[in-house]
Amino acid sequence: MAGELPFQKPLAELRAKIEELKRFGEEKQIDFSDEIARLEERCRKLESEIYASLTAAQKMQLARHASRPTALDYIQYIFKDFIELHGDRAFRDDLAIVGGIARLNGVPVTVVGHQKGKDTKDNIARNFGMPHPEGLRKGLRLMRQADKFRRPIITFIDTPGAYPGGAAEERGQAEAIARNLLEMSAFRVPIVCVVIGEGGSGGALALGVGNRVLMLEHAIYSVISPNGAASILWKDASRADEAAEAMKITAADLMRLGVIDEIVPEPKGGAHCDPERQAETLRDAIWRHLEQLLRLDEEQLRKDRYEKFRRMGQFTFIQYEEVDA
Amino acid sequence: MSIKDLFQKKRKYATIPSQKAKRDIPEGLMTKCVRCGTILVSKELEKNLKVCSSCGYHFKLNAWERIRITMDDGRLFEYDSDMISVDPLGFPGYADKLEQQAEKSGLKDAVVTGEGTIGGFPVVVAVMSFDFFSGSMGSVVGEKITRAIEQASRKRYPLVIFSTSGGARMQESILSLMQMAKTSAELARFHEQGGLYISVLTDPTLGGVTASFASLGDLILAEPGAIVGFAGRIVIEQTIRQKLPDNFQTAEFNLRHGQIDKVVHRKDMRAMLAKILELHMVREGGASHGR
Repeated sequence: MAGELPFQKPLAELRAKIEELKRFGEEKQIDFSDEIARLEERCRKLESEIYASLTAAQKMQLARHASRPTALDYIQYIFKDFIELHGDRAFRDDLAIVGGIARLNGVPVTVVGHQKGKDTKDNIARNFGMPHPEGLRKGLRLMRQADKFRRPIITFIDTPGAYPGGAAEERGQAEAIARNLLEMSAFRVPIVCVVIGEGGSGGALALGVGNRVLMLEHAIYSVISPNGAASILWKDASRADEAAEAMKITAADLMRLGVIDEIVPEPKGGAHCDPERQAETLRDAIWRHLEQLLRLDEEQLRKDRYEKFRRMGQFTFIQYEEVDA
Repeated sequence: MSIKDLFQKKRKYATIPSQKAKRDIPEGLMTKCVRCGTILVSKELEKNLKVCSSCGYHFKLNAWERIRITMDDGRLFEYDSDMISVDPLGFPGYADKLEQQAEKSGLKDAVVTGEGTIGGFPVVVAVMSFDFFSGSMGSVVGEKITRAIEQASRKRYPLVIFSTSGGARMQESILSLMQMAKTSAELARFHEQGGLYISVLTDPTLGGVTASFASLGDLILAEPGAIVGFAGRIVIEQTIRQKLPDNFQTAEFNLRHGQIDKVVHRKDMRAMLAKILELHMVREGGASHGR
């Protein structure tokens, strides 16, 4: 298989062996069906073992896989009548962010997401899914529109981070993120966010202030990319794997830390092995949460979202020892 | 031999390597300006609010130095003074580093919050301190800032936040990131109530702090020369593979690009804050919270 990752190698080897045995059997007219069945069983077991015990670094590889389904893939599969809308009305149309209006089970919704490219050319046009300020403002414009017309908002998060460039700074990258956080927290409509691949830093969070935050099984979400963390902490970007472990970036970690609400399972081998089935599972999960949220009124929705984020963080107070007088 | 070698320039005078020109500075008595290299008498520098008398460089102030020169009588009624960080991820070396930082700075974390008055106007203030963990924002910074905003909402006091930060604290990873959403959501409520928030950016203010509460002021002031931005200079230079101009991300640069309202010299900051507070007074008396 193209784009095979190091930890998938034993599986690929086993599969190749099975194929070889099948071919050999056909050629020589020998019945190997028992052996093949046995090997296939072993293959399934090995697969389960590998994917149940992926390390953070391995998940990082899956989350960044070149053929991992992107926001537009899920949009095509999950929604009906999608109309893509463009631009921030101030500077330009940033293709690192996509969005528009669509229907989910008959309900009109607004969809916004980070968009990575499908090939080199596409990736350059979409800046590898790293938005400039105008991209985040494009997303905000669409979400404001959703708020006005009382449409629920669904966001797909998949970015290495907001783009760190000179022009981005000049146009207020930090302000754009901050503004999105403030306004998303106060919208009167249900917001469901899904981390589908890489949730990198403030650029990810800028589409991430939802009533519900879901994560695909092998997606990652962190304050800084593991590569960035390694180069800052240890002045050595090659220690990204170590940083990935230390920073607790997997869906299971974030579930434990109370940051996300549900882990959406992926097909064996990751979302890219069966995008259509992945999209179906995801649609069901999104709809399940949306259905619950649609029962809340505007104030309840705002309160629910505010309280969700108000609770986040862990701290303590100094315990002073009592002194006997 | 090339032609160039024939025309080699002969030096007319000897140059002394700058290393040797470095004078020995008695510990504490004198301070060398980080920017222009002028040797300053520490006591004079202190009197000058830690601004270089030669080039105007604004030295970093820690939280209590800032409070002393900003609040009336240098006084603050402190909130949550005993809140401290935990190590929620079991991050290698974090617990030890927290202890070191506390010892080094005399602070419990990177922000001091509380209430007091400026020019007679009651305010809630939060003052960040770069000397604790580079002013990074973890759960404690996020929680203390959020509680300060809540207090300002409840008391209908204006809010002043002095920011300085290297960004979100990596050792608390996702929980640090969530503090950005938490503080911004609290500010949404404060602004809806009509509260006045003055954000003051000091050197340096970067990353998750700039990308949340520091950029959400009704007015945004900055000290001269303060570096303010989202990504750090080195990260940007590595990304775009270009050298950035010297003035990149300075307060003046941000002013020119429309990102802040005003650059205010340290000696004028107190008066400027008082004036802004006064301009937001409502007729019923007391500082305005709008309405």
